[in-house]
Amino acid sequence: MSRRHLGIFTAAVLAAASLTACGGSGDDSAASPKTLTYWASNQGASLEADKTILQPELDKFEKQTGIKVTVEVVPWSDLLNRLLAAAASGKGPDVVNIGNTWSASLQATGALVEFDDAALQAVGGKDRIVPAALAAAGAPGKPPAAVPLYSMAYSLYYNKKSFADAGITAPPTTWEQLAEYGKKLSTGGKWGLAIEGANPSENAHHAFTFSQQYGGEWFDSAGKPTFDTPQNVSAIKRYIDFMAADKITNPSNAEYAQNQSVSDFANGKAAMLLWQSAGSNLKTQNMPADAYGVAPVPFLASPPAGGKKVNSMVAGINMAVFKHTKNKDGALSFVKFMTSDEEQTILNKTYGSLPAVKTAASDPAFTAPEQKTIQETLVTTAAPLPQVPEESTFETLVGTAMKELFADAASGKPVTEESVKAKLTDAQQKMR
Amino acid sequence: MATSTTAPDADQREPRAGSPARKPVRRPRGPRRSLLPYLLLAPAIVLELAIHVIPMVVGVWMSLLELTQFHIRDWSTAPFIGLENYRATLDLNSAAGKELLHSFWVTLAYSLLSVGFAWLLGISAAVVLQRPFRGRAILRALFLTPYALPVYAAVITWSFLLQRDTGLVNHVLVDQLGLMNDRPFWLIGDNSFWSLLVVSVWRNWPFAFLCLMAGLQNVPGELYEAAAIDGAGFWRRLRSVTLPMLRPVNLVLLLVLFLWTFNDFNTPFVLFGGSAPEQADLISIHIYRSSFKTWDFGSGSAMSVALLLFLLVVSAAYLLITNRRRDDHA
Repeated sequence: MSRRHLGIFTAAVLAAASLTACGGSGDDSAASPKTLTYWASNQGASLEADKTILQPELDKFEKQTGIKVTVEVVPWSDLLNRLLAAAASGKGPDVVNIGNTWSASLQATGALVEFDDAALQAVGGKDRIVPAALAAAGAPGKPPAAVPLYSMAYSLYYNKKSFADAGITAPPTTWEQLAEYGKKLSTGGKWGLAIEGANPSENAHHAFTFSQQYGGEWFDSAGKPTFDTPQNVSAIKRYIDFMAADKITNPSNAEYAQNQSVSDFANGKAAMLLWQSAGSNLKTQNMPADAYGVAPVPFLASPPAGGKKVNSMVAGINMAVFKHTKNKDGALSFVKFMTSDEEQTILNKTYGSLPAVKTAASDPAFTAPEQKTIQETLVTTAAPLPQVPEESTFETLVGTAMKELFADAASGKPVTEESVKAKLTDAQQKMR
Repeated sequence: MATSTTAPDADQREPRAGSPARKPVRRPRGPRRSLLPYLLLAPAIVLELAIHVIPMVVGVWMSLLELTQFHIRDWSTAPFIGLENYRATLDLNSAAGKELLHSFWVTLAYSLLSVGFAWLLGISAAVVLQRPFRGRAILRALFLTPYALPVYAAVITWSFLLQRDTGLVNHVLVDQLGLMNDRPFWLIGDNSFWSLLVVSVWRNWPFAFLCLMAGLQNVPGELYEAAAIDGAGFWRRLRSVTLPMLRPVNLVLLLVLFLWTFNDFNTPFVLFGGSAPEQADLISIHIYRSSFKTWDFGSGSAMSVALLLFLLVVSAAYLLITNRRRDDHA
């Protein structure tokens, strides 16, 4: 190869390299009015499973409206970051699923379409939506930033055979009972309760419930964080103590962040699990529905002054539309389609969650014991997580502090009121 | 002795610039000739600007803003707060400042140990494989595998190996060898630092090995012969011939390894997930957590800029000291 050839060749390679570098930054948002891009959250056993479940419904929507929806199922570990990137860049999908606890945080970015009365009317009307679910779709006093899609709540799942073997006849209704039963169940390499100890979000959800029961709040009425109040310290300590003091949780659970606690429950390694809509996940892990019972999450035997009768957050998935969409009408009609009675029944039945619209909730598909328990919790004893812009930060900071406390408990370091308070104070100082 | 023989490879610019053989080939300068070099450089410059310079400048700008979720969509609305982010993150009396400092020390210890062990393993293997023997090529290829494996796949495998209940490490240590009664944790608590270090050394030493092996090819055999005639043993030859001859390679290798490990994000991120335990809270992960998880990109950028300045100072000091020493020798 002569020098000239070499020069041309090098220039070509460099030019090609610069072109490929540019090629990566495409605009996801659909430009044509006949297409939409949709990021779905991972509701089923795997990303692939979700695609298989959603595709027939999207095909149906295309047949009805002529709009083709391209779906991408985003794993939970990436979803918030990718939503944030889409909000920041003004590029990305048209329609997205969001965890309902993030509603107010994402609302604060101003990147989501506001569902004022007109927009709600366009997707089927405000009155159809379950009020508790709608309350978890944005900050109070503002138009919701999203529309509820799937509703869920925490329940106590217990292994019927393990309970029978230990001579326990009914699921625990108080935490004291749960600890006592847990001790009976923690023998022979098996454990009483499985906990997803290294997953900050799961930890934060429990932090909320326990705090409510102890009469605590994570934010005051002005939206300022109140992490290290005595109530919150007691609440967090109660939860960590299942591993640290009661020793009904395998120390290994301090490492769990990939739903290993569900697997442990499905495999019989742990007899109890606190989870939202675990049924469909347990089914894929070959645990038949008659092998486990579903009960409401326990309460404190004697709640302190101010303690609330709350045993779950209003959990769920909302659907939001990005303002940057070039096809807002199409996006809204897609939201309307996904929240229609028919689709609500089909999808929630598959995922084991509950419809977020009243009209579909009466379907006989939602009268199985698991769904009945979830329904009852949602109607009577569930409360939404604080709908403040800093909610996602709360989940991260407090959830991570709890992860570190579980790590302490697992490695035999004492978990005391002081050590809990210190962690919570640190977390609070990191809020701005 | 060393300085007189380093001439062929120590400074590569010299022989090329003074090469008389090229002169007759040079053609008269026309407009086409003078444009070509710039055309050739253009893609590189554009990419350099796009990938390095512009993001860096933007990062510095971000560190002066209160860039939270309220302003992330439209940066022009973010209040300009000057050095407030720096004051908040570098205030060593606050929780955030203390954690940043802790993270800094952890990262420094991690980098020094990781580079040290990686270099030690690299030089040992390179020296052992310097002389030809049967199976040398196979060993070379084998040693390079950790470097050739994709980071994610390799580190995820490590995280499986290190799990307490189901990991292979505990299975071997506890169940098979019976060295410990209790199953230790490797991914949380104090051990997490050492786990991270082992994985990092495992990943990085093949690079050191590769560079040092290449450097050894340039050491003339006569030097060893002369040393042998003078009666120098293995250690003496290593100290007086091999290491001085490898000095130029080592200079670059140690700096590059240090910068890579100090900035290492993939290894801790994949090994621990988004939030590393305190004991292994490397600075890159710490910054990631501060900006992405708490949505405070301003203070995240302030930490990044502070880190950049620190690394600049370290690199400059390193180059200055090593250059001066080289001048002294010459």
